Amino acid sequence: MASASQHRLRKRLLKAGHFIGLFLAMCVITIPGLWVVLNSFRPTVEIMAKPPVWIPNSLNLDHYRAMFGGAGQGGIPVWTYFTNSLIISVTSTLIALLIGMAGGYAFARYKFKGKAMTFVMLMATRAVPGVALSLPVFIIFGRTGLIDTHLGMILVYVALNVPFTIWLIDGFFRQVPKELAEAAEIDGCTRWQAFWRVEFPVARAGIASAGIFAFLTSWNEYALASQLTRSVSSKTMPVGLLDFTSQFTLNWGGMCALAVLMIIPALILTFLVQKHLIAGLTFGGVKG
Amino acid sequence: MAQVHLKNVKKSYGALDVVHSINLSIAEGEFVVLVGPSGCGKSTTLRMVAGLEDISGGEILIGDRVVNDLPPRERNLAMVFQNYALYPHMTVRENLGFSLKIAKKSQAEINKAVDEAAEILALTPLLDRKPGALSGGQRQRVAMGRAIVRHPDVFLFDEPLSNLDAKLRTQMRVEIKKLHQKVGSTVIYVTHDQIEAMTLADRIVIMRDGHIVQVGTPLEVFENPVNTFVATFIGSPPMNLLTGVVGGNQIGLTDGTTIPLPPGVKLADGRRVQLGIRADNIMPDGHALPPTAHMAHVDMKVVLSEPLGTETVLFAQLAGTEVQAKMLNPRPVTPGEVLRFGIALDKCHIFDAETGLNLRG
Repeated sequence: MASASQHRLRKRLLKAGHFIGLFLAMCVITIPGLWVVLNSFRPTVEIMAKPPVWIPNSLNLDHYRAMFGGAGQGGIPVWTYFTNSLIISVTSTLIALLIGMAGGYAFARYKFKGKAMTFVMLMATRAVPGVALSLPVFIIFGRTGLIDTHLGMILVYVALNVPFTIWLIDGFFRQVPKELAEAAEIDGCTRWQAFWRVEFPVARAGIASAGIFAFLTSWNEYALASQLTRSVSSKTMPVGLLDFTSQFTLNWGGMCALAVLMIIPALILTFLVQKHLIAGLTFGGVKG
Repeated sequence: MAQVHLKNVKKSYGALDVVHSINLSIAEGEFVVLVGPSGCGKSTTLRMVAGLEDISGGEILIGDRVVNDLPPRERNLAMVFQNYALYPHMTVRENLGFSLKIAKKSQAEINKAVDEAAEILALTPLLDRKPGALSGGQRQRVAMGRAIVRHPDVFLFDEPLSNLDAKLRTQMRVEIKKLHQKVGSTVIYVTHDQIEAMTLADRIVIMRDGHIVQVGTPLEVFENPVNTFVATFIGSPPMNLLTGVVGGNQIGLTDGTTIPLPPGVKLADGRRVQLGIRADNIMPDGHALPPTAHMAHVDMKVVLSEPLGTETVLFAQLAGTEVQAKMLNPRPVTPGEVLRFGIALDKCHIFDAETGLNLRG
């Protein structure tokens, strides 16, 4: 009996330990985010206070008001930045997904000469930090007139995302048994129909998650965008954050407010697709 | 329904020949089973008929059409895969109706065909489930249902039962046979299980290393195996093979035991042969079928006995070879017991020791 209750106690302690560990890990991950959200709602004095004020005395929307306000009141063209970000991220994600699907499918299903080498090279491009390429890209874009355009940013982000997208989607197509496409072909499908009606829907969840990664990369990217965008016509939201810095001051509150606006679409998207991810993962068409 | 003809069909991957120029004609409505150990080319052959593999040489005809270059969808056949290959994102109903939908049949037609197939296979209560929510046997039936809704010319089965447990396998085997009797289509069925082959086939095609070794009805291949490979592959327990040398109408085994040659067999002295005896034809005295005119007797030490109820399989030693024999009306046998066994010589086979070919022809 004693050993049984001891065992139970140990189990409980272990559970509590897990819980505390998880809690600490989650704190590390979420507190900076919460701090950003909090700061966007409180006066600058409180943000700058030393020691830090953890529990806010008053919350208000001043920073948001100012941000959307006129140029004189510290306003910035939020909507234009938002639209730029959206156009660039969505378009580059769609293109990266299309290329990623074609490439990933090819790597997963077909044998061709130099397959392994091509794959390694694609992955090797991930080893080069994007910023390292910013100067050459800047010069090329300057010569071709792509500087400060949506198209230029889209090209850069497609290039940035494609290797990773291919790699992810390759993995997901590998999990789809090739017999499914064969069964579809025997059932009367062309190769193309077999892909779109059977393999694509089955791998949909994986493709969606690849899409999220690509979107978030483009949406959050700062280093390259800060070099390649010059004006309101192409600046994305992360670059827009810089509008809150001036020679001697940093408008922390405004920055946090814009950061919150940036986080919201990304969060919504993740939630939407997360649901889809779980629903899509109910496999079972083949033995298992 | 259609005939299927394979004429000199070859398959090679680069320099590696997987299927060597095989010829096979399958009649309308015939149930043909391709059987052989893994890697013998049986699945590849089936996939070539299906159009899932290119043909490196020769011709395949379905009906009177040469289908060499036709994609699978234009061959009007249905296939049941080893892993079922059900579409996981569709319900059973959608799975069954998929081919008709692709063929742009009306919804009413699709429903009628699906309901009919579901009725035959007892799938009606499961129509709205997804494959993930089905048991192995149910998935298997859906896979078969997907094949029958199309009324194809030819059914192809690629080891459809190998993922099921033993009991379910026996049950599905019966269902497949019933289904064939009901639908009457031409069937090509691939398996490595000789029991499936024996029980299902109108004709068995035994393959090995990309060659067809023998084609015949189940009883033909059982009773007249062309060589030692077929002899040991078909039938359970496998045929016993005893190596010896012919001398004066007798076979001398390595330990000096002599067994007379089977009646009607004349061989030159000194020829090395293998004597093939099925377990059913070597039984202990007193526990056997009534003796026939051509009996030989040997004494063997029993090493192991496997009681099966109506009979017991005895593992005994003869000339350094393990021999399996059957004991009818069994009594308990203790290991080490020496029994006198009768051999029905007229049922035995003689194979050439080098080529393995059956010398009784």
